[in-house]
Amino acid sequence: MFHREAGVFKTTYAADMALYPLPIAKRTVIILAILFGVILPLILPEYHLSILNLMFIAIVGALGLNILVGYTGQISLGHGAFMSVGAYTAANLAVRLDLPFWLTLPAGGLMAAAIGVLVGIPSLRIKGLYLAIATLAGQLIIEWTINHVPAISGGAQASIQVARPTVFGYSLSTQAHLYFFLLFFAVLAIIVTLNLMRSRIGRAFVAVRDQDIAAEIIGIDIFRYKLLAFAISSFYAGVCGVLYTYYFGIANYEQFQLIVSIDYLAMIIIGGLGSVLGTIFGAVFVTVLPLLLRLVLENVGSLFFSESELANVISGTRLAVFGGLIIVFLIVEPEGLNRLWRNIRSYFRVWPFSY
Amino acid sequence: MMRFVKSGLGVAAAAVALSFAGGVSAQTKELVFGLQCDRTGPTANVGVNLCPGYHDYIALVNSKGGVEGFKIKVIEVDNEYKVPPAMEAHERFKKEGAVIEGVFGTPQTAALNKKLEEDKLLGTSPGFGTAGAADGKRFPYTFPIAASYWSQAGAALEFAKEKLGGSLKGKKIAYLYYDNPAGKEPLPILEDVQKAEGFELRTFAVPAPGLEMGAQVLDITGRFKPDFVIMHLFGKAPSVAIKELKGKGYPLSKVVSFVWGSAEADIIAAGGMGVAEGYSGIQFAGVGKDFQVLKDIAAMYKAAGKPVPKEMDSTVYYNRGVLIAAVHTEAVRNAIKAKGGAAPTSEDVKKGMESIKGFTLGGLVPPMEITPADHEGGGWCQVWTVKGGKLVRSKDWFQGYRSVIQKQLAADASKS
Repeated sequence: MFHREAGVFKTTYAADMALYPLPIAKRTVIILAILFGVILPLILPEYHLSILNLMFIAIVGALGLNILVGYTGQISLGHGAFMSVGAYTAANLAVRLDLPFWLTLPAGGLMAAAIGVLVGIPSLRIKGLYLAIATLAGQLIIEWTINHVPAISGGAQASIQVARPTVFGYSLSTQAHLYFFLLFFAVLAIIVTLNLMRSRIGRAFVAVRDQDIAAEIIGIDIFRYKLLAFAISSFYAGVCGVLYTYYFGIANYEQFQLIVSIDYLAMIIIGGLGSVLGTIFGAVFVTVLPLLLRLVLENVGSLFFSESELANVISGTRLAVFGGLIIVFLIVEPEGLNRLWRNIRSYFRVWPFSY
Repeated sequence: MMRFVKSGLGVAAAAVALSFAGGVSAQTKELVFGLQCDRTGPTANVGVNLCPGYHDYIALVNSKGGVEGFKIKVIEVDNEYKVPPAMEAHERFKKEGAVIEGVFGTPQTAALNKKLEEDKLLGTSPGFGTAGAADGKRFPYTFPIAASYWSQAGAALEFAKEKLGGSLKGKKIAYLYYDNPAGKEPLPILEDVQKAEGFELRTFAVPAPGLEMGAQVLDITGRFKPDFVIMHLFGKAPSVAIKELKGKGYPLSKVVSFVWGSAEADIIAAGGMGVAEGYSGIQFAGVGKDFQVLKDIAAMYKAAGKPVPKEMDSTVYYNRGVLIAAVHTEAVRNAIKAKGGAAPTSEDVKKGMESIKGFTLGGLVPPMEITPADHEGGGWCQVWTVKGGKLVRSKDWFQGYRSVIQKQLAADASKS
């Protein structure tokens, strides 16, 4: 229906590795660019833009975690802490040295990358659940350190207020302004990840994930690539933390506790490990589904319950249905929403001739 | 082309807005209140009892014809004590045209402070947020409207002083606290008063989630042997502390807790009212059912042929919900009166909030006075103590060490 290719005609490696394997992919990207860059910000009210904003931030963070967990096969429960490292680095630089966001943002990412490499060192010797516990320790140590070192946290409150980012002397304060700010970084993160995974580094990550001894034998420096995966992943997390800081106007480590690390793991597992599109699906799913459920429950529930009972019913049911849907989706397709999408696509690709 | 699309959209949006505005004015007059709540997150023990109190008070106001002729519609959003949903909730309230917003949670308040100011929508954070937010000049749209942790520290010390015979000189006081920013916040007040009064202060931090504090309590009861214990814990931690102190034989009559460890549920979880005889807690709203407003709410349910909600039995949190709703309503009432009966904007409600004075709701609300400079309203507290199986008021509304707190607020303001 959408495609009419009748076989594989690629004759060069370049064609095989192209970002747009089919002409339709290019057209889809152009349509999406117009949709998100022009149409949505024009027609959507602030409320919906604010939801998209939260989604963009989540996409950046989830992409980082997917590079580590999905592509390289190293598990991390410290993603939330890396975000707080980025957040506090940027906040301190912005407040103490009055630096603009285009300096604090990479600085936050780099600091998070440095800390991420430290926390990632145990990955050289241990795997799986053991590594999960080691990174969990990293999460708790970072939380404790920020809480107890006033030089980092800026005092007993452990929160540092940051001014809005300015672009060409223009302060970005409304949701619409922040929309373009965050959209830029979300798109940048997506493009960089897509290209990273086509590069030597990306292929090395996948080799390490699939069988690290085999990878070592074919000449991949495990030491280097495992730590590099931690560094890149934490860089994304740090940038995500900086984006949160500018979005809320404050760095506060209580926003980045263990539950956040688990939320991000949930995003990439639901969306699909080792896929960029899956990461986006996962981030959207986890951000938007609770809101949709609430909307449905508010409208349907008011038929059955009084107003005072309804609030309790909504909160409880929403959690139960959300959890249930995650289980259902993972039973239907254990490889996540991305695989589900590919199944649908490949069905229509040959439709109506299914053989 | 672009300009054409934009102007076309603008016209369409204006048309929609006009038709919408027309529709509203034709119906009954209605005001929207936004309420964030936590019914499912780590502080759900508070939310499930506090938020029904809020809804019930608003329902009572509506059943009596609303506030100055305006019906109130409450939109509640459960933020699960997470920060991103709190931002979503705020934007939703804004979209629905809310004139006032109740924020729930300390990190959520921190994250929304700036947004509230930018959107000129006032938010209240009773018992949450930073003590510095009492300063209306620095935080123009954030209203604690209840005693901050600083004021609670002052009140706890005042109460200890009274219990220890009018002087703290040479006494030993232990501060048992949850090791997070909220737990550490009162430290400067404790230290300031320590210098003035000359007692010995030692602090004992309990790491999250606060379910294991055997070592700290042993340190308190076995080594330090204080004359008084002030505790500042959250969630399940207060009940653990009561159990541990009791188990080590420390008299609970020499313990006072901050506001999040002083509810019936905390005491019941520690083994029941009978076990915790003498345990005291600071309150920022009246406790018990002996208030006309609560009787009115019960009567409202009976008149509708419905059972009185069970949340009312948890009077500490339920009454706090009633207090928040009552202060919100009062601010809106002031705003409507100031505008001569017209629908107030959020800006008007802010002015209405800043003119609240002498509104006590039969003693459930403290005699606070909210001013443009003081959004805390004076930091009034009560102390309630377990006596004979129930909570009994042992100290009426008072402000503890107010001058110390004001000095600290001024110092905080000059720092930033």
